[in-house]
Amino acid sequence: MNLDFFVEKLELQCKCCWENLRREVAGGYVGDLLSDVIANSNSGDIWVTRQVHQNIVAVATLKEHAGIIIIQGVQPEKETIEKAAKEGMPIMVSSLPAFEMVGKIYNLMHST
Amino acid sequence: MKSESEFGGSVSVVGHGFEHAGRVSNDIKKTLLAKGIPEGIVRRVSVVIFEVEVNIISYAETGIIKYQVLPDSIIIEATDQGQGIADIELAQQEGYSTADDKIREMGFGAGMGLSNIKKFSDVFEIKSDVGKGTYVRSVINIDGKKDHRG
Repeated sequence: MNLDFFVEKLELQCKCCWENLRREVAGGYVGDLLSDVIANSNSGDIWVTRQVHQNIVAVATLKEHAGIIIIQGVQPEKETIEKAAKEGMPIMVSSLPAFEMVGKIYNLMHST
Repeated sequence: MKSESEFGGSVSVVGHGFEHAGRVSNDIKKTLLAKGIPEGIVRRVSVVIFEVEVNIISYAETGIIKYQVLPDSIIIEATDQGQGIADIELAQQEGYSTADDKIREMGFGAGMGLSNIKKFSDVFEIKSDVGKGTYVRSVINIDGKKDHRG
């Protein structure tokens, strides 16, 4: 299952790195504490967070995530998008809260 | 798998520059992968370097991160000139943190940094002098048994 599948099904607003939306999604993780995400997420995860500063790009790059979804319709900072574009890390925005977003991702991953 | 030869490097980190967090770990990660170090090992090294990097940025004025690749292991050493740690035992407990609001706004300061370094290392050492600085040493065995998919 690729990122673009989730972008389409969940009507995500992609902010950068459209060329990397073919990336395979291996799993998912949700969290706003960066060290928790560092400790417990895995490579290929789609990461759901409410954080918007550029450190999320550093963490997602470190952990080789497939991409980042920012929830509640919050827009990432300009520097965050610039850094993500440089690192090739797709950032997507959803208006949904984390609980609903994660539930939908989980269902899509486990229903096919 | 063994590395082709022994090599290493040293990078200085300036405190408070949160916008640069992850740069050192990212650069070293690319170097290690290019040298043929196995991905799982590189991931662990990257996490350790990222966490020491964030600690220097959060709590010190300046610091140096050194890494050395030996045939069987990778050694990471971080030395900083910073505030130091008063109670090292307590600081290693997951969830204990002295982070201020600025650090927390950046998504850090959850009290997991040192425990993450320990978790991803085979050998972990820490020494600190209050008002002077902190020294962290981590060894990751290249054929180590710890396996972190992430």
